[in-house]
Amino acid sequence: MGSSSSFWNIAYQQAMKSGVLVAKVYSFLHVTTNYLAFPAYAFGPSMIPTLHPSGNVVLAERISTRSRKLSRGDVVVLQSPEDPNKTPIKRVIGLEGDCVSFVADPEKSDESKTIVVPKGHVWVQGDYTQNSRDSRMFGPLPYGLIQGKVLWRVWPFQDFGPIGPTTT
Amino acid sequence: MPVAEHHILVDKPSLDMGIQNLIWQVTKKAFTGGIIGITISDRFCSVVPVRGDSMSPTFNPQRNSYLDDYVLVEKFCLNDYKFARGDVVVFSSPTHFKDRYIKRIVGMPGEWISSSRDVIRVPEGHCWVEGDNKASSLDSRTFGPIPLGLIRGRVSGVVWPPQRVSKIG
Repeated sequence: MGSSSSFWNIAYQQAMKSGVLVAKVYSFLHVTTNYLAFPAYAFGPSMIPTLHPSGNVVLAERISTRSRKLSRGDVVVLQSPEDPNKTPIKRVIGLEGDCVSFVADPEKSDESKTIVVPKGHVWVQGDYTQNSRDSRMFGPLPYGLIQGKVLWRVWPFQDFGPIGPTTT
Repeated sequence: MPVAEHHILVDKPSLDMGIQNLIWQVTKKAFTGGIIGITISDRFCSVVPVRGDSMSPTFNPQRNSYLDDYVLVEKFCLNDYKFARGDVVVFSSPTHFKDRYIKRIVGMPGEWISSSRDVIRVPEGHCWVEGDNKASSLDSRTFGPIPLGLIRGRVSGVVWPPQRVSKIG
C-alpha cells in the first residue's frame, strides 16, 4: 500500500537528515578543537604555583603552535615522549639554539649539566621542579609533540584569568 | 478586446538579491564540505603521495616521479598509539616538524637495535624507524628513535597506480 512505503520514505529521510546534522556538528567540533582552541584538564603538582595540583581546566590554543610562534615562558600542552597517550602541561624554558643549564638529578648530587637545544626542539620544565618529569629527564622535546599553548584558566571560577609568561 | 498581457518584470535589485543568495548558498555548502573533508582526512583516512625511493621496492620501485605511488593512510591508530614492528607509518620529522616522512617501524619500546657501532635500546614511548631501501633513507640511523607521538598515521595499502594496488601489513 502507498502509505506504508511513504512511512519508510519519511523515516529514511529523517534518518539521513539527522545523520548529516551529526556529521556537521562532529566536523565543526573537530576543526575547532584541532585548529583553533581546546580545553584541557590539568592536575598534579608539577606546575605549582601556576596551576593547582587538585585540578584546573585551562583553555589552550593551536594557532601559535601551528605557526611556530612560541616564546620562552609559554605554558604548553604537550604529548609525553614517554607515553603518547598522556598530555602533560609544562612551561617552555628554552627554544632551539638556546643553552640550558639544569641539575640532572637533584636527589643524588648538585652537579649541573649544560645542553644546547637542538634544531626543531624545545626545552620544557614544570614550574615546581622538585616534583616534575620534564626535559631534565626525557631530554629536549620535538616541536611536533606540542599540542597547544595555554591561554586562560577557566575553572575553578575563582581562579579565572590568563596564564602568563612568568610564574604567578 | 484587450488581451491582458502579463509581463514578469525582474528589476535589477531583486536579480542582485537572487545572485547574492546563490553565492551565499554555494559558499555555505563549500564551507561545510571543507570542514567535513578536513575531519574525514584527520580522523579516518587520507591519500598521500610517496616521494623519494627510501621505501623502495615497497613504494616507488622506479625512480620516476610521474609514477609515484599513492597510499592510503589510516588515522584510527592515533586513538591508542598501538603500533607493531613492521607497520609502515607517516610521522613528523623530529627536526623539521612540518615535514612528513614514511618509514617502517623496525623496533618497538624495549627492543634492541644494532646500529653500525653499538647496540641501542629503544626507550619507552619511542620507536625505531628505517626505510626499506637502507642505502637511500634518512631515518632513525641518523636522527635516533622517534617518540610515538610524532606518528600521524599508518599506511594500510597502495591505492594508485591501479596495477600496484595492494594491502600492506
